[in-house]
Amino acid sequence: MTPLLVCLGAALGAPARWALDRAVQRRHDSAFPWGTFVVNVSGSLALGMLLGVVGADEAPLVALLGTGFLGAFTTYSTFAVETLRLFEQGAGRLAAANVAASLAAGMLAAFVGWSLGTAIAPA
Amino acid sequence: MAVGLGGALGALARWAVAEVVPDPGPGFPWATFVTNVSGSLLLGALLVWVLEVAPPGRYLRPFLGVGVLGGFTTFSAYTAETRALLSDGRAGVAMLYLAGTAVAAVAGAWAGAVLARRVAGVAPVRGTRRSR
Repeated sequence: MTPLLVCLGAALGAPARWALDRAVQRRHDSAFPWGTFVVNVSGSLALGMLLGVVGADEAPLVALLGTGFLGAFTTYSTFAVETLRLFEQGAGRLAAANVAASLAAGMLAAFVGWSLGTAIAPA
Repeated sequence: MAVGLGGALGALARWAVAEVVPDPGPGFPWATFVTNVSGSLLLGALLVWVLEVAPPGRYLRPFLGVGVLGGFTTFSAYTAETRALLSDGRAGVAMLYLAGTAVAAVAGAWAGAVLARRVAGVAPVRGTRRSR
């Protein structure tokens, strides 16, 4: 059951990432990979909230929404390749900024999400 | 949709890796680390192939790149695991994981690209490299 839920969530998560990435890039067409940044930070916020609200008990829900949807919605490979491309194009500072900003904002989002989630979780 | 199908397969692969790699408990999240670094290496190779070597079919890049490898790797689990490590007071492991994954994944993407170029260059094509 779990792998099926993961696949189901992911089948929706990956296209959602593609759509959001394109929408963001269309509005902010700069060298900085804003599309990937937005999906990764928002995905980190959402997972933090999910885990905070649900905890360890709701494994199927986490499989579907967490491992599945958000796992596919966010991406590390695109983040890594975009960083590499910036380095290769001589935009080393932008590459470093992408790493620093993604990690910092992602971690902040994860903590904020977790705090929000645990705050609204049923006692 | 190619991206959705690819994403489902990638996520399934990620789940499978997590099943196989022993649960580290409070330790270093090896499953996600291996997933993210290998996925980055593969995407580095794939993009060189698609952009520099062989013209792709219309669906290869969305299916494999955006779908499979995007679905395979994850940023949300990475930040969630780091957050959990920090909350458990394991700051050293947390920072090692946070920074280590970033370095290894970018290096992996670079290695994948280099490997792909090498493989493409070595494969003799109609004697273009061998002819004198």
